[in-house]
Amino acid sequence: MADANNGETQWPLWEIFAQEGEGAPHEHVGSLHAPDAELALQNARDVYARRGSIVSLWVVPSVAITASPSDEAGPFFEPGADKVYRHPQFYKIPRGIKGF
Amino acid sequence: MQQEAEKSPDETALNERFEARIAAGETIEPKDWMPERYRHQLVRMMSQHAHSEIVGMLPEGNWITRAPSLKRKMSLIAKVQDEAGHGLYIYCGTETLGVDRAELVDQLLSGKAKYSSIFNYPTLTWADMGTIGWFVDGAAIVNQTVLAKASYGPYARAMIRICKEENFHKKQGYEIIATLASGTPAQKAMAQDAVNRWWWPSLMMFGPSDADSPNTAELIRWRVKRKTNDELRQRFVDLTVPQAQAVGLTLPDPALRYNDETQHWDFGPIDWDEFWAVVKGNGPCNRERLQARRDAHENGAWVREAAEAYAAKHQRAQASSAA
Repeated sequence: MADANNGETQWPLWEIFAQEGEGAPHEHVGSLHAPDAELALQNARDVYARRGSIVSLWVVPSVAITASPSDEAGPFFEPGADKVYRHPQFYKIPRGIKGF
Repeated sequence: MQQEAEKSPDETALNERFEARIAAGETIEPKDWMPERYRHQLVRMMSQHAHSEIVGMLPEGNWITRAPSLKRKMSLIAKVQDEAGHGLYIYCGTETLGVDRAELVDQLLSGKAKYSSIFNYPTLTWADMGTIGWFVDGAAIVNQTVLAKASYGPYARAMIRICKEENFHKKQGYEIIATLASGTPAQKAMAQDAVNRWWWPSLMMFGPSDADSPNTAELIRWRVKRKTNDELRQRFVDLTVPQAQAVGLTLPDPALRYNDETQHWDFGPIDWDEFWAVVKGNGPCNRERLQARRDAHENGAWVREAAEAYAAKHQRAQASSAA
């Protein structure tokens, strides 16, 4: 997404995140080109929030995003997988206890 | 596109891994390795799709000022605005494959890029607005529901978003037709006339028959497409025939009959000569549509310039208040 394509031929690219309803997470919905953040926000409203229950929008310059390396996803995320003791299922509860 | 030369051992391994991921039903994301041919096919398909959404605004934009009521006018404006949004969703999906939107738009304006042949037919009466919503958006839904499961993530996600909105398009169109069909004899005749004119071009929207579609097998193997052109066309016919019957209109095909054995509606042969003529730029409105698109781009230049000037002014104001 954020790469060398942001040349002189067009406006900078912005990534759009929308929050659908209060308390929901902001989720990536797409991207668009705009000359600045304010216009990116206005265009994002027109493009990504024409209907539905969007209550908040974030616009982020695509070039500002640093992503994890996709070709190393395995090793990069591995440390999370081998620590079984981080899950409640790892621990035994004495017999006879029903509600814990 | 560079020709694939001898594959290095590395690339063979990458290819195998890619094919395995596709076979396992995994989603391919922009940063993942993909064969050049896969990327090329996606850019071709997605940009054609985006262009179709943008050009598709023209036949309907024609009727905004002539809509018969304020309610119909509001629906039509909202629908045309949706088409613009759909074009943008898909263009931004296409950009994740490393092409510029500006470059894609240039290809459309120069006539190099293709878009759906259906938009090269004229909209002669108000009933055409109904028929387009019913047939053309109906056909688009049949296509897009399947594309929402495409292997390329950004395309599939754009389709999910679009499918949610297309249902409104189809319903508002069908309602227009149902209203006309139950109106005066003249109104019903107008609806029937529009249906007669749009039926065959709508069937052509699904593209050439499987026997003549060079890209289908590859696209299905890569799960970009999940169903063939003919399968989708059949599904559209099966869905639409009962809808026509429900409003008392006929479809202009003497061969149309229900096949008890296959449980599908059989239909007559499509005029492929007409299809190819329109695809090659010789439909009733090809030149008019492209010219309208070019004019809109040129006449809209001041909006882009104003947006830039506004952004620059804000930047200066911010810089001076920070100083």
